Amino acid sequence: MVELSHDSRPIIGRGPPLAATFITLAIASIALMVTDQRYDQLERVRGWLTAAAYPVQLAVDMPFRAWNWLTGSFADRDRLRQENLEVTARLRLANLQLQRFAAIEEENRRLRDMREKSAGVAERALVSSILNVDLDPFRHRVLLDKGKADGVFKGQAVLDGEGIFGQVWRVNERSAEAILISDAEHAIPVQSNRSGVRTIAVGTGDLNRLVLPFVTVEADLKKGDLLLSTGMGGVFPPGYPVAQVTKVERNSKATFAIVEARPTAALDRDREVLLVWFKAPAPEPPPAAAPAPATTASAATPAPGAAQ
Amino acid sequence: MSRGTFGRRILYWVTVAAGLALAIVPLPDWLDPVRPDLALLAVIYWILTSPRISGLGYAWLAGLFLDVLHGMVLGQHALGFLVVAFLTHRLQLRMRMFPIPHQAGAVMLLLALYHFIIFWTDGLTGHGYTGWNRWLPVLSGALLWPLIVAAGDTLTRRSR
Repeated sequence: MVELSHDSRPIIGRGPPLAATFITLAIASIALMVTDQRYDQLERVRGWLTAAAYPVQLAVDMPFRAWNWLTGSFADRDRLRQENLEVTARLRLANLQLQRFAAIEEENRRLRDMREKSAGVAERALVSSILNVDLDPFRHRVLLDKGKADGVFKGQAVLDGEGIFGQVWRVNERSAEAILISDAEHAIPVQSNRSGVRTIAVGTGDLNRLVLPFVTVEADLKKGDLLLSTGMGGVFPPGYPVAQVTKVERNSKATFAIVEARPTAALDRDREVLLVWFKAPAPEPPPAAAPAPATTASAATPAPGAAQ
Repeated sequence: MSRGTFGRRILYWVTVAAGLALAIVPLPDWLDPVRPDLALLAVIYWILTSPRISGLGYAWLAGLFLDVLHGMVLGQHALGFLVVAFLTHRLQLRMRMFPIPHQAGAVMLLLALYHFIIFWTDGLTGHGYTGWNRWLPVLSGALLWPLIVAAGDTLTRRSR
């Protein structure tokens, strides 16, 4: 009986049968996935592959960059002058405040020195551009144009002018992937500016919304409270704004209140972000009067480790 | 003959690479979930039109490259591409005879399988996103199929 072959490659030199290739490669991909997921041994392989992929990413980014540059260079002279005026005015104001802050900072440093604790503020920052590349519509990741060659490391904090942006998730030779604080797999320990309540802000997958799932009903949080980073876990520098509370719903029967917050960083509008090096604060003694005891214990590790 | 095959090979790589690049071009938020898997559609097209040059290994490599571009677990899209390419190879003699709408239906099934594999491995690696809109590319890819065939046929006619 003659069977029509599905394999229409040339009969001579056609290589191994399709099914054999299929099974080999299928096993190879499964092995790859398992190794990549469980162990770190593929980092180097991924590094090579990423180096090969980087030109593609740059090529995709290029037209957008060129367009921005073009529109930028043909911008109205009037608008530029207007902007210039505004910026000068703002700068003058900022300088004024800065003079005050300089004094306060000096005092603060002296006080901290007296307490013999490292300050935990940013020591060095590197400006990095976000490449115009979509990684995945359902995860909040961005590609930065600085990598291992610039000293970027995994777990490094990423900030923008208005607050905490995210952290570095994967470092390549010349680029790095950052995970935003709004990603559903990200969590960051925070503290209310007003009442000092400590808790964790978890991303939702929505750029404008974080949730605080571990706030007890009695905890002192109000709409409009500014949430600052605590520096616990050593990933983020302490004292930077993270989000502003937008909603607090208390149901006296439930243990936890429903609290939502809006990130202060311009997660969807940023073109440039800051990669920050800072000295992690010395391990603090357990907080004496934290009103939400359930939250403090688990606040020490930000999520990406757990997300794996 | 060999010259023609060479031209086809170049075309194969150019179109698949273009598909891969288009997979990371930024789109407006509402359009992003609908983005069709152009690289995979190109792979299917080439298997149907010139199965001799579009082996499984190439499809697998393209998928692996997509993993790298997306920053996913290595091997995830590679497996998806491989399964789809294998099935297309097996069904190739039949699918070539189908009228275009019928063919688009078959492509839709292949895309659904591909997205199921991605969905499944996503779940296994702990990234599960269960929203309905992750299945939209299946639909958009099938709707785009007639255009892919038209564009591909124009290209191959010129290369002959």
